[in-house]
Amino acid sequence: MTATIAAPERPVAEPKTPWSPTRSSRIQTFTTLLIAGIVAGVLVLFTGVAGLDGFGVTFFVLSLALAVIRTARLGSKERTDMLMKVVVTSAAVLAFTPWLSIFGSVIFKGYVGIRPNFFTQDMGTTVPDDYLEFGGAIHAIVGSLLMVLIATVVTLPLGILSGVYLTEVRGRLSFLVRFVVQSMSGVPSIVAGLFIYTTLVFATDTFSGLAGALALAVLMLPTVARTSEEVLKLVPEDLRSAGYALGARQWRTAFMVVIPTVRSGLTTAAILGIARVVGETAPLLLTSLSNTVVRVNPVDGPMASLPTYIFGYLQIGTENAVLRAWTGSLVLLFIVLVLFTLARRFGGKDKR
Amino acid sequence: MTTATTPTPREMTVIYNREDKIFRGIVTGGALTSLVVLGLIGLFLFLRGAQVFNDKGISFITGVNWTAGTGDGAILDDFSIGAMLVGTIVVSLIALVFAFPLAIGGALYLEFYAPTRVKKPLVTLLDLAASIPSLIFGLWGIEIFTRFGERWAILLSKWLGWIPIFNVQFENFGRSPFIAGCVLASLIVPITTSVAREVYSRTPRDLVDTCYALGGTKWGAIRSVVVPYGKSGVIGGAMLGLGRALGETVAVYLLLNLVFRYNFRILESEGGNVASLIATKFGEATEYEIKALVAAGFVLFLLTLVVNMTATTIVQRSTPRA
Repeated sequence: MTATIAAPERPVAEPKTPWSPTRSSRIQTFTTLLIAGIVAGVLVLFTGVAGLDGFGVTFFVLSLALAVIRTARLGSKERTDMLMKVVVTSAAVLAFTPWLSIFGSVIFKGYVGIRPNFFTQDMGTTVPDDYLEFGGAIHAIVGSLLMVLIATVVTLPLGILSGVYLTEVRGRLSFLVRFVVQSMSGVPSIVAGLFIYTTLVFATDTFSGLAGALALAVLMLPTVARTSEEVLKLVPEDLRSAGYALGARQWRTAFMVVIPTVRSGLTTAAILGIARVVGETAPLLLTSLSNTVVRVNPVDGPMASLPTYIFGYLQIGTENAVLRAWTGSLVLLFIVLVLFTLARRFGGKDKR
Repeated sequence: MTTATTPTPREMTVIYNREDKIFRGIVTGGALTSLVVLGLIGLFLFLRGAQVFNDKGISFITGVNWTAGTGDGAILDDFSIGAMLVGTIVVSLIALVFAFPLAIGGALYLEFYAPTRVKKPLVTLLDLAASIPSLIFGLWGIEIFTRFGERWAILLSKWLGWIPIFNVQFENFGRSPFIAGCVLASLIVPITTSVAREVYSRTPRDLVDTCYALGGTKWGAIRSVVVPYGKSGVIGGAMLGLGRALGETVAVYLLLNLVFRYNFRILESEGGNVASLIATKFGEATEYEIKALVAAGFVLFLLTLVVNMTATTIVQRSTPRA
């Protein structure tokens, strides 16, 4: 080993970024947006153009016009550049708006029903349109957790094996496996539900939480398999070689070197899989249906889950029932958010 | 300068012993479950639906009616999914028409225009949006979006009513393929945007820099380098989105009136798709009707499988693995 030589301390010159907007152009952009905003606002308030969407359209048209004016001295190339900047940015804004609107409306409408009883009571003795002080969704939450748990237990080993096959065994079927996993992730969720219906439900003649869980597992497998492959690919080849060089067999290297290295990455795979299926509704409508009381035995008849709870109360349509659906959505969205954050946290660990 | 020759690695022969053979066998078996499951899905749906395919033949796909018989022979069972197939394709295409430009715009913005400070939270939002359950999209669609959608639909029919697809018979604009298509568009934008961003981010940096060095503008670089380079990948991403839209159930169920008629007038409040047909009719279906629903599921399965396999092939080809 050679000793590392410390680099001589030298004042580092600030890198120049001639492409970044200058102060004056920033001020210009700000003024342009301000003018467009004010004019659009005035138009919306005092003319027939109405609403948030009306404002957006006027703002867009005005921005285009102002862009043309701003680049009047610079020639057609600059004009196109500026116009396209406006168009691309607007498209991005329009693409992102619905999601913000969804988060906003779910929080805004859902928080009304967030009460202790929502998490402690079921709907066994409460009619859907009863006041929100009564009844809750504990049965749905328990049902969802149970089904997702079963689905994870079934899927995780299979998904990891699939990843191990692609990165360790590297067999002749690698291309096929990868292709099938990718195609399977596009199977419509209702088809997964029908599949379990035609097999398990048909054979046992009962709708059950287990059936729901297996339908979820079908949808979960591709996500877990693909993520497992991605994280297992991050394991440096040197680690495997080191394992072999120490005389370990391939299976020992895989189980004692490769897999432990990416333990938290595989956790991410599981979490992403859970996040993928926890909100699935369609397959559960055909397999686990819904009920109104807490049920912990997955083979004992229909079992409620958060998605079917939301779906059911939305269908009922009375005011408080719909509010229950919104609150259920808020809980569901919160769960997805937590899973998402966890996945990020675990995902970051293995990177280096 | 002399050229240094790197020694070629020695040929290695690997002999697996019994333990390793067992290990490899188990792992291979595990990896093949997805193949088996996919095969079983096709097989079982086909077997259980076979009777209907046999009875109806090709008219299962081309016919319009979905009538449950009364059992005493007064009204005969007549199940076919032509109208729903057309509905599926109409709604998905509307979604794609809206989602495609938005996704391209979003991806280009994130890769080339967004300031670094904005980029990171937006990428997080994009990833998060991809995991919002479609049920919540549907809920948002009927409770929040429909108001806007109806207003746009009224404007469209007023100014563009002379185009056949924007024509309406009844002045009733809610629950139309147009509105469902808009909501589906926001549902598939995340997946399409992610793929497009991934593809665009792989544009060779020096090609883009060369454009700038030649005096090109940012848009010049995007149009002449980035977009052509990412074309096939973006098309693949759009097809993945299309596959998702084709199979969407609850959002469409909540947003569309199920009407069994070929409907190309997208502002009319009638439509439906195969997946929502299954969810709607499943509850009170007779034994034979269930078979017909399973057969419908089989057709949907084949349709999405073809779209997805094509999309996967395109995406995999255009984003070569490292």
